[in-house]
Amino acid sequence: MIAAIATPTTTWYLLLGAVLFSIGVVGVMVRRNPLILFMCVELMLNAVNLTFVAFARRLGDIGGQSAVFFVMVVAAAEVVVGLGIVVAILRRKPNATTDDMAELKG
Amino acid sequence: MLDLVWLIPALPLAGFLCILLFGRKLGDPGAGYFATAMVGASFLVTLGVFADMMSRTAEERSHVRTIFQWIPVGSLKVDLAFLADPLSITMCLFVTGIGTLIHLYAVGYMHGDSRFSKFFLYLNLFAFSMLILVLGSNMLVTFLGWEGVGTCSYFLIAFWHEKDSAATAGKKAFVTNRVGDWGFMMAMFFAFWAVGSLDYSVINHSVLSTSTATAIALFCFIGACGKSAQLPLYLWLPDAMEGPTPVSALIHAATMVTAGVYLMCRISPVLDIASDYAGWIIAIVGAATALFAATIAVAQNDIKKVLAYSTVSQLGYMFLAVGSGAYTAALFHMITHAFFKALLFLGAGSVIHGMHHEQDMRRMGALRKLMPITAITFIIGWLAIAGVPPFAGFWSKDEILFYAYDKSPILWLVGLVTALLTAFYMTRQVIMVFYGTARWNDAHEVHGAHGDLHADDHGNDHGNGTKPHESPWMMVTPLVVLGFLSIVGGAINLPFSHATERLLIWLEPVVVVRESDTSKLPLAIVAIVVALVGIALAVMVYAKHRVKPIEPQILADAWGYDRAVSNFMGGPGRQAFDGVAWADAHVVDGAVNGTGALVRGTAGKVRKLQTGNVRTYAAAIAAGVVLLLLWFVVVRGIL
Repeated sequence: MIAAIATPTTTWYLLLGAVLFSIGVVGVMVRRNPLILFMCVELMLNAVNLTFVAFARRLGDIGGQSAVFFVMVVAAAEVVVGLGIVVAILRRKPNATTDDMAELKG
Repeated sequence: MLDLVWLIPALPLAGFLCILLFGRKLGDPGAGYFATAMVGASFLVTLGVFADMMSRTAEERSHVRTIFQWIPVGSLKVDLAFLADPLSITMCLFVTGIGTLIHLYAVGYMHGDSRFSKFFLYLNLFAFSMLILVLGSNMLVTFLGWEGVGTCSYFLIAFWHEKDSAATAGKKAFVTNRVGDWGFMMAMFFAFWAVGSLDYSVINHSVLSTSTATAIALFCFIGACGKSAQLPLYLWLPDAMEGPTPVSALIHAATMVTAGVYLMCRISPVLDIASDYAGWIIAIVGAATALFAATIAVAQNDIKKVLAYSTVSQLGYMFLAVGSGAYTAALFHMITHAFFKALLFLGAGSVIHGMHHEQDMRRMGALRKLMPITAITFIIGWLAIAGVPPFAGFWSKDEILFYAYDKSPILWLVGLVTALLTAFYMTRQVIMVFYGTARWNDAHEVHGAHGDLHADDHGNDHGNGTKPHESPWMMVTPLVVLGFLSIVGGAINLPFSHATERLLIWLEPVVVVRESDTSKLPLAIVAIVVALVGIALAVMVYAKHRVKPIEPQILADAWGYDRAVSNFMGGPGRQAFDGVAWADAHVVDGAVNGTGALVRGTAGKVRKLQTGNVRTYAAAIAAGVVLLLLWFVVVRGIL
């Protein structure tokens, strides 16, 4: 019985994905440190990855797993560019928050 | 050889470019001889093409030489292509042939002018444009030449632009021509709309509805009215006499002004299927113009103005022929008219040159002894235009009168009265210039007409006490050649039998030919009698002084038409245009500016949404995602 409860089903993974994603969203909206912001974005991407994998396993479709690889590649590229920008910003304005970066204000 | 047709316009273009670059170096008279040589070479090429065409059968005589694809836009495909066929080559022959003679003449006439090379620059550009016009295989290429000759006409009329009247005359010609050009453009739009092509081969051979054909024909006719100086757009041509005399001879007598007639002949199959009233309109406008201009010519005292009104009148004849469906007769008259009218203009120029820039016929007289060659050739031109057999003008004019009679005896009668007046005023001119008493030493009080602004080696003393003299060889040679052509020119189309109507047979494959079985002989006899009566009347009045000349002021003023137009345009017309300008500035521009202001104002408000704050954007995206999810789940019911 305990073993039955402890056996993780697809729903668990999906719930975990949803929770992680929500944490990411809230993080992006609430936090002001650019690095934290970045981590939150990564969190959301990986939450999606988790969902993909869960469905792939459940439906026996390899497509979901290959999509994950794409997401990972894109995430890696995004990190390279994004971190470069963040470093450049922090060099000019140490301790800058995202709220200080509002030069494109209309 | 037919493939070399592109050389015909290319040579004058090369001449134009060379004079543009090296004109000053070539100088006076080098630039003139060079320009003459280029047009002459073009004439030789035309002769070659003509000979090649003659050796082919009638069906093989049309040849299209495409240079490159000019405008490929969607279904509109226009090539820069030349059409060599009997009609265009006939035009090329007399454009380049007479053009060469007039270029040569201008070398003598313009000698000593401060802008000598520029004059030939424009002349070569004109020859190029005119050849593009006649050789174009579609309406747009023709239109290119059409605008080109209009521009050159403007440059050359206003050549002595220091003179106010010349500058004004140039502008007047240009603006009046633009009115006609509108018609040409409308015709092109209609043709494209109806058959989807601007090629003459397509337009002329497609099955058009009667109303479309009528529209194309009449819009083309409006264009032709502007270019060929017909009522109501004729009024630029008499003023165009402000230009140097070779220009008057080349552009405003022999070639450019016949472009309208050429266009009508080019689209003759379209005219053929157009409604009857299209032909009637053209014939009536032509006949009215012929008579109207002939009455004015009777009372003019400027040697060139007489010829200018005479040109308008003769062009009216050509349109009378076009309207009567006699395209070959129109072309025949165009060719003979080019011979004798160019001759008359060049003769007049020779007189003006010899008289040291005197243009008032009242100050001439008895010039035949001092300028024998000019006098003899001028007299040949006079007999030709008056319609005395066997000179060229008789045959072509008779042909037109014959077809006009076939259309309606009233048109024929108008043509006949015009012929009478033509014989009358030309005789008057010959008597006033070459016969009677010498009046060139009289005091200058009656100096009405002004001579060409033109400094030559004879000085600027305007002939006070100087004797008139014969012109140099390069001016006299063209006179002699044109004189010869004015005598024998009629031979290209003699009405004795079908075999002697060579022009008609030659043009038959490309131009609509109308048959008629009216007897020609009685009409011809009437025409001869009328011409002789006209001459006799003028001799009675001006040589024998039996009758007092009747030259009412209203005729000298061209029936006040010119003044009426300028009064109208200066008064109500100007107000109307001011109104249009106001509407443009306030309504049209207002709409445009209003749209701009609206967008600007809205954007000023909306841009506040761009906070520049990343977290706001993130929140917006999140909210959007949630809303989309809600939409799919709740409204569309997915899941």
